[in-house]
Amino acid sequence: MRKLFTPLSVLVALMFIYAPVMIASAPYESTMGLVQKIFYFHVPAWMAMFTAVFVCGIASVVYLFRGKQAADRVAVAAGELTVLFGAIGLVTGPLWARKAWGVWWQWDARLTMALLLELIFVGYLLVRKYGGPGSDKLAAAMAIFGMANVPFVYVSVNIWRTIHPLTTVVPTLGTSMGPRALAAFWFSALSFMLLFALLLTLRVHLEERRAELDRLYLAEEE
Amino acid sequence: MRMRRVLIAIGSMVLLAAPVLAFQPSAGQGQFVPIDQLPPADQLPAAPLLITAYAFVWAVLMFYLWSIWRRLGKVEVDMRALEQRSANRNRAR
Repeated sequence: MRKLFTPLSVLVALMFIYAPVMIASAPYESTMGLVQKIFYFHVPAWMAMFTAVFVCGIASVVYLFRGKQAADRVAVAAGELTVLFGAIGLVTGPLWARKAWGVWWQWDARLTMALLLELIFVGYLLVRKYGGPGSDKLAAAMAIFGMANVPFVYVSVNIWRTIHPLTTVVPTLGTSMGPRALAAFWFSALSFMLLFALLLTLRVHLEERRAELDRLYLAEEE
Repeated sequence: MRMRRVLIAIGSMVLLAAPVLAFQPSAGQGQFVPIDQLPPADQLPAAPLLITAYAFVWAVLMFYLWSIWRRLGKVEVDMRALEQRSANRNRAR
């Protein structure tokens, strides 16, 4: 992965530079017009966030039941990325909503659950930072509960009456908006997923260096 | 006398009712008006919202990359200081 890091970084940067060109070439949606183009990076940000939640949750399970420190390092890295991509989703969403719905925020099931998911992982990071001894295990349990929340966030728009578009918007994008919209969306989604992999690698490396530093401090004290 | 008091009370209530009724809020909205039917001056321009959203994505990612770079730099500085300390101690022995 280390050998791939530099070429992958260049590729992701180029993809992020080219993504607006593809998004601009996608057709306008009939009722929302230009502002609907936020969709092309709002949804990929949530896809990256959900992936980060699952990585954090699964790594937390491994850490809790097998006690592997490497899994804990992956969990904390993914937990931070969950908050990062969640923040992107929670800011771009209201910017879209202000024009499309006429309000910045609506306390409906999807938006509220998404906010709660973000807050769970903000809590996860706070517990890890300020929780003291044993907080890593408490935080791991929080991450598992956070992961269990993801399917409910995803299907909330189909179960409850909400103002938010349904999950069918993405699978039907090719037929409803045409191939250019579909290409722009998946290009953007791929960019975000590669970016997630890149940032995760970088953040795990930081945790590994911190662990190495701790080990050296302990060795020096002995 | 009693009748007079009742009439004064009723009269006062009528006089008080007038301003109370006058300051009642208007009836709630019966139906929503789609935003496309509003005059163009009231419609929000989409481009600034779209640009803000995209700029926010870039700003947050750049800030995060800077934060990782800074934290990594701090760890490396600490490691070098520790190695230097260990080397000095070994030399002193």
